[in-house]
Amino acid sequence: MVRPPFRLRALTRKLLRDVWEMKSQALAIAVVVAAGVTMFVTYLSNFDSLVRTLSQYYERQQFADVFAGATRAPAPLAARIGAIPGVVTVDTRVVADVTLDVTGLDEPANARLISLPAAGAPALNRVLLRRGAWPDPSRPDDVVASEVFCEAHGFGPGDRVAAVLNGRRRELTIVGVGISPEYVYSIRPGDLFPDNRRFGVFWMQRAALAAAFDMEGGFNDVSLQLAAGASSDDVVARLDRLLEPYGGRGAYTRALQVSAWTLENELTQLRMFGLVTPAIFLSVAAFILHIALTRALALQRGQIAALKALGYGNGALAWHYVQWALVIAAAGALAGIAGGAWLGARMAELYNVFFRFPMLDYRVSTGVALWSLAGSLSVAAAGALAAVRRAVSVPPADAMRPDAPARYRLSLVERLGVARRLPQAARMVLRTLERQPVRALLSMLGIAAAGAVLVIGLSFIDVMDVLIDEQFVQAMRQDVTVTFVGPRSADAVQAAARLPGVIAVEPQRIVPVRLRAGAHHRTLAITGLMPDASLQRVVARSGAVVTLPPAGLVLSKVLGEVLGVAAGGTVRVEVLEGARPVFDVPVAALVDDSMGVQAYMARDALHALLHEGRTVSSTALMVDPAAIDRLSLTLKALPAVAGVAVREATLRNFRQTMAEHMNLIIAFNVGFAAIIAFGVVYNAARVSLSERSRELASLRVLGFTRDEIGRILLGELAVLTVLSLPVGAVLGYGLGRFIMTIFNNEVYRLPFAITAQSIAWSWLTVVSAAALSSVAVRRRLDGLDLVAVLKSRE
Amino acid sequence: MSTSSAPVFVARDLTKVYTMGDVQVHALRGVDFDLSAGEFVVLLGPSGSGKSTLLNILGGLDVPTSGSVIYRDHDLTAAGEAALTEYRRDHVGFVFQFYNLIPSLTARENVALVTEIAASPMTPEEALGLVELGDRLDHFPAQLSGGEQQRVAIARAIAKRPEVLLCDEPTGALDITTGVVVLDALTHVNRTLGTATVVITHNAAIAGLADRVIRLADGRVVSIAHNARKVEARSLSW
Ligand SMILES: Nc1ncnc2c1ncn2[C@@H]1O[C@H](COP(=O)(O)OP(=O)(O)O)[C@@H](O)[C@H]1O
Ligand SMILES: [Mg+2]
Repeated sequence: MVRPPFRLRALTRKLLRDVWEMKSQALAIAVVVAAGVTMFVTYLSNFDSLVRTLSQYYERQQFADVFAGATRAPAPLAARIGAIPGVVTVDTRVVADVTLDVTGLDEPANARLISLPAAGAPALNRVLLRRGAWPDPSRPDDVVASEVFCEAHGFGPGDRVAAVLNGRRRELTIVGVGISPEYVYSIRPGDLFPDNRRFGVFWMQRAALAAAFDMEGGFNDVSLQLAAGASSDDVVARLDRLLEPYGGRGAYTRALQVSAWTLENELTQLRMFGLVTPAIFLSVAAFILHIALTRALALQRGQIAALKALGYGNGALAWHYVQWALVIAAAGALAGIAGGAWLGARMAELYNVFFRFPMLDYRVSTGVALWSLAGSLSVAAAGALAAVRRAVSVPPADAMRPDAPARYRLSLVERLGVARRLPQAARMVLRTLERQPVRALLSMLGIAAAGAVLVIGLSFIDVMDVLIDEQFVQAMRQDVTVTFVGPRSADAVQAAARLPGVIAVEPQRIVPVRLRAGAHHRTLAITGLMPDASLQRVVARSGAVVTLPPAGLVLSKVLGEVLGVAAGGTVRVEVLEGARPVFDVPVAALVDDSMGVQAYMARDALHALLHEGRTVSSTALMVDPAAIDRLSLTLKALPAVAGVAVREATLRNFRQTMAEHMNLIIAFNVGFAAIIAFGVVYNAARVSLSERSRELASLRVLGFTRDEIGRILLGELAVLTVLSLPVGAVLGYGLGRFIMTIFNNEVYRLPFAITAQSIAWSWLTVVSAAALSSVAVRRRLDGLDLVAVLKSRE
Repeated sequence: MSTSSAPVFVARDLTKVYTMGDVQVHALRGVDFDLSAGEFVVLLGPSGSGKSTLLNILGGLDVPTSGSVIYRDHDLTAAGEAALTEYRRDHVGFVFQFYNLIPSLTARENVALVTEIAASPMTPEEALGLVELGDRLDHFPAQLSGGEQQRVAIARAIAKRPEVLLCDEPTGALDITTGVVVLDALTHVNRTLGTATVVITHNAAIAGLADRVIRLADGRVVSIAHNARKVEARSLSW
């Protein structure tokens, strides 16, 4: 058989023309596929980009494998640490947390000062200088400041910041701006959320820093690099033993280093999101593809029978029709990949709000692109296959027969006799819906899926509100938290009470510990609170205020999970300050709060355990709002104060940063959900239109107006849309809860919440999208060529 | 003219029962049917007499409830779905009452649908030339009249050079003049290519074209008549 070259086969031409014929429907479906693929590519390419960027950054800047802090260790200890088997590099530093007096900021800020070696780059955790210069050895007050802090204040080389170093006020000069792999995520210890205005990292010459903190000939911080394959548990244990006499605060590995650990959690989340959300979109696409194809194939029943009579087999025909779906899905996937390339880059920029890398070079990963294409194609094929298999099973003899009239009967509502007086249009709508209940159900579920995506998107706002309520209204009711430099005697509480504007004071005892249970351990702090505290309280997610028991620990549920202990169990508490006693302490209760890993104890129980008096580490203050500025000024100058957290400022920062992040995410969700709703409704309307154009045209000929037949057609969609609303809300609630469990990790335990207001917004959006697609279909209906429709034999 | 010797079809005692719920419809009640190479047979009979059912069974579109159909050396009664598809593809040309052209393909492409899968086809242009549509190659079905569409369907049926051509009321949807042109095309093909042809009609006037006229009624053959002299399609009137 000789066929001229580069001529498309007749069946291929039919494919292209048929898809072109249903182009607006195909477009609606392709757009839903594109939305899913955009999310997939955006999230997963960002995941890949972050993983790649991080590993390069960590490697190039010699990010350490093990970290430990101590009170003061002698310099020669470094050599003994270096002798631990598996240790390749040891770097000792002087690290100190200080308060800052920043012009333009009412309350004191905090900085972590980290020593730089006298000459050359540090062996580990190297700082990358972004601007300016390294400190001049002849000027002890020169510092390199962290980039996020400088950006938050508009600082650059030459700007000055006042700091209280070991009780003495010093004017520090920023000579350079830098970043470090240790502070990709830069958060003040104890904070829930980064606040770049109130926390910065400063790198300072070792000699100057050591002089200020009496660390000459010693160090209080050590980082290690391990040989490949070295057991980090072993090294951590040996390091702890070496540092113990010098007030070692417990070594930990990179996996638990705050910045690295937060990033790791973020990455896990990103990947989960990148898989779950697109899955929802692609299922919806498969859904509407199925409906659209079922209808299109029903219209082609005669053609299919004829092709079979001409000798085309079932397999060839099935492949022909599955290709329809593949063409549409491929178009959607390609658009989605392009969308992901663009949107992903925007999202990567967003990461700069929270994380700071040398450069996050966002690239669409080839693997991700190929997977998204393969995923879309298989999902589309799956959606098409059922429709196609049914369609190609028509007996070829059908080509010989004219179509039988569709079978209708009285609708259920009519049979029940309730609606004998229903208008004619309403009756037709009801009968159509009932005649194809499965399709009506699928369309309804499709629209509901759009509603669900919206509910999920909007629930993020509600979740944040609940979180704010839990954190800043229920749990932290104090206006100001003052942290002291090291534990103080009870006198500090009296002194705090006398500060300007202070109405109430609640002392707190914070003890750094390592908790151990079996093979699991975590280094954190036990927070000792008054059992009847009314400012800083322990509040469960249910809203119940937890009264701390007179003895025993109360752990957050996450910590219980991490350590593998339940209420009634015992944990080993290794105190990491003072005489460093070790106790076995019973776990009195687990509390399901939103705070990540936390351990609480009644203050007196903690004092008793440590055999100490009423020592305090920090105090919660209730302050007269009018006096808060005066209080801030006073606190800025107090040498005993290591940190000040003002609730209003923290809350403002939280809201602002969240807003930047959330607005974009919510815009994505609303946009994509609207696309789904539009796609589903438009598709359902087009299906009805093509199915019933003859009937509707006949009605027009009989004298029905456009409005009247419009009502018949669109009434059906209105019913489906209204039915979908509650279903979408329920679906969104369920999926939202599910996604939230994925979202939760050791950093946060977010509650799931959705308000009536968010539900209302989701409904409004779905209804608007439906209305919009109705308008589009209505225009098509108005353009219906009566004569052509009635003449054609279908 | 009498029939030539080698039989194309030998069908014996065909019955076909359609079951629809509790009702059984006996479409064929024991039909014997033979067709010789090059023969032109017209099937006559009132609506519902079983003509289409018989034609569909001969064409491998359907299988009988009992009885046997032998096409040359193929036993169609024993063939499965795939074998029937192959049989249709290789040996049979169909012309349907409602043309069943693919609306999204041009005349040429509709014919190409078949030539692309047949073993030794003519070109679509040749086939359309035979039905005198050489100047309508790139028209879509919607741009053709009913008679032209039916002639495209005939071109599509004959392009594979089938051994049998089965036509179910090919002029049923056409007026006289157009019908005559279509029938003329069928007799022309029968004569020039020697394709054995079966044409269903309930229009007795068409019977004059045939070598043999078989009448069906109520699922049975009621008469077989041989035409001593065939008339030309152009001289028909009804
Ligand atoms: N698929 C079918 N299902 C049920 N009954 C059928 C089917 N096809 C044909 N029949 C019945 O079989 C009988 C013969 O039909 P048919 O062969 O189409 O008649 P004709 O073509 O002579 O008009 C008729 O009574 C018809 O109703
Ligand atoms: Mg018939």
